[in-house]
Amino acid sequence: MRRLRQALPLLPFVAVVSIFLLIPTGTVIVNAFVVDGRFSLDLIAALFTEAPLAALLRSVVLSASSALIGAALGAVLAWLILSSAPTSLLRRAVLSLASVLAQFGGVALAFAFLATIGLNGVLTLWLQQLLGIEVASGGWLYSVGGLVLVYTYFQIPLMVIVFLPALEGLRSQWREAAVSLGASTWQYWREVALPLLTPAFLGSLLLLFANAFAAYATAAALVSQGSPIVPLLIRSALTSEVVLGRAGLAYALALEMIVVVAVVMVAYNLLVRRTARWLR
Amino acid sequence: MKPLRILLWLLFAAFFLFPLYAMADFATRDLHAGGRTISAWVNLFADDALFAAIVASLLLAVLTVAAMLALLVPTMIWVRLRAPWANRLVEFLCLLPLTIPALVVVVGLRNVYLWVTYLLGESALTLTFVYVVLVLPFAYRALDAALSAIDLQTLAEAARSLGAGWTATIVAVIVPNIRAGVMSAAFISIAVVLGEYTVASLSGFQTLPVQIVEIGKSDGPTSVAASLATLIFGFVLLFVLSLVTRRRRP
Repeated sequence: MRRLRQALPLLPFVAVVSIFLLIPTGTVIVNAFVVDGRFSLDLIAALFTEAPLAALLRSVVLSASSALIGAALGAVLAWLILSSAPTSLLRRAVLSLASVLAQFGGVALAFAFLATIGLNGVLTLWLQQLLGIEVASGGWLYSVGGLVLVYTYFQIPLMVIVFLPALEGLRSQWREAAVSLGASTWQYWREVALPLLTPAFLGSLLLLFANAFAAYATAAALVSQGSPIVPLLIRSALTSEVVLGRAGLAYALALEMIVVVAVVMVAYNLLVRRTARWLR
Repeated sequence: MKPLRILLWLLFAAFFLFPLYAMADFATRDLHAGGRTISAWVNLFADDALFAAIVASLLLAVLTVAAMLALLVPTMIWVRLRAPWANRLVEFLCLLPLTIPALVVVVGLRNVYLWVTYLLGESALTLTFVYVVLVLPFAYRALDAALSAIDLQTLAEAARSLGAGWTATIVAVIVPNIRAGVMSAAFISIAVVLGEYTVASLSGFQTLPVQIVEIGKSDGPTSVAASLATLIFGFVLLFVLSLVTRRRRP
């Protein structure tokens, strides 16, 4: 009875989260196994036909390559930022910009690249006039290669945000201890810093992968025709109802996305727990 | 070591600032007569559909912040004071939107939305409910950090023993003490709502990002101008926030 009274004020919160997060997710999972009101594996089987498999492959390639590039370059940028004073205006400005690009860019980033290397983009025109090189011809920007470039524009900043705390957690005493025992800078990085940072780096890499895999806005604004990757295939399944001759395929594709992201995020949480052991 | 660092800074600056410069250039270009024009920027207010979308997005941001604070602040305070056993559950639910992409939520939202539009009518403002869920992870982290930094138990007991009810305790005593956390939760939520495209476009509501994409099909410079404006607005918001919240504990 006392527990019930304690739980009552939590009701509005739990209700909102249930109605607008848990029920939609449940709807997706249930409907992925239902055709014409009965249990069926048809929609799941449809995921393993040509077009969805090709989209999945391209999505994985796009997510993996943008995550690898983003993690490597983001770690370097985080290291650069660390060398500036924590309260300096430069660091605050860089981190604010990183956070805008990483989390809230979406549609705006698509237009940033259209203005840069689109058909009439600034860089496109420069290269045309100065060197006679055509970068925009053939719609390269709308291919998977172009998407990788656009995605790194928000993956590097995201890496900075998630990796900087781990870099900051490296204590100067550890470096001093290593140096006083006769280690060179190179030895300190190889024997002390890198092994400590590896779990955090791999964890961030996974987070970046999940982030790219689930990203929708940038690709949707950039690619208006065709569905090269899974999120865009979900779009056409939602807007045209019948894709590849199957109604309800959106549910199965969304379930596929839940499974991929959930597996990656579980692995991420395991790695974060490893990092948390020394990051205190 | 020094020259390498400077070179790397320059390379990163070029990669990140050039597209922003290109946007500014592109958005002031006069496609017909050549030269420069600010007509794309005038369109932000002159174009009826675009202006309506800007107003809708700003209203959504305000509503989402209000609803998020009304929902989350009392819940988190209550959990800490009276129901610590629910702590893990609330944290799990708040961080769950990080694992369940917005795209998945939209796909499963149809049935729920039939009820929402039946009860509240078909307005873009009904997106508030979904947006409250989408901003939960960011808001939770900001509020959690602020609540951990104060002695909540003592504050609440002092207020209650002086005769304050729960509403007065929360609004007049606790919230002023976690102002920095409330502000950062609010600012980040505003930035998320102004940039949100996935849910709005697939539910068919005309918010700012949806309208930007729509206009982009015919009028590139106006779309680029609006995009740059949202990026700058977001940057200023977060930059001011970093100045306000980190001044106290450098």
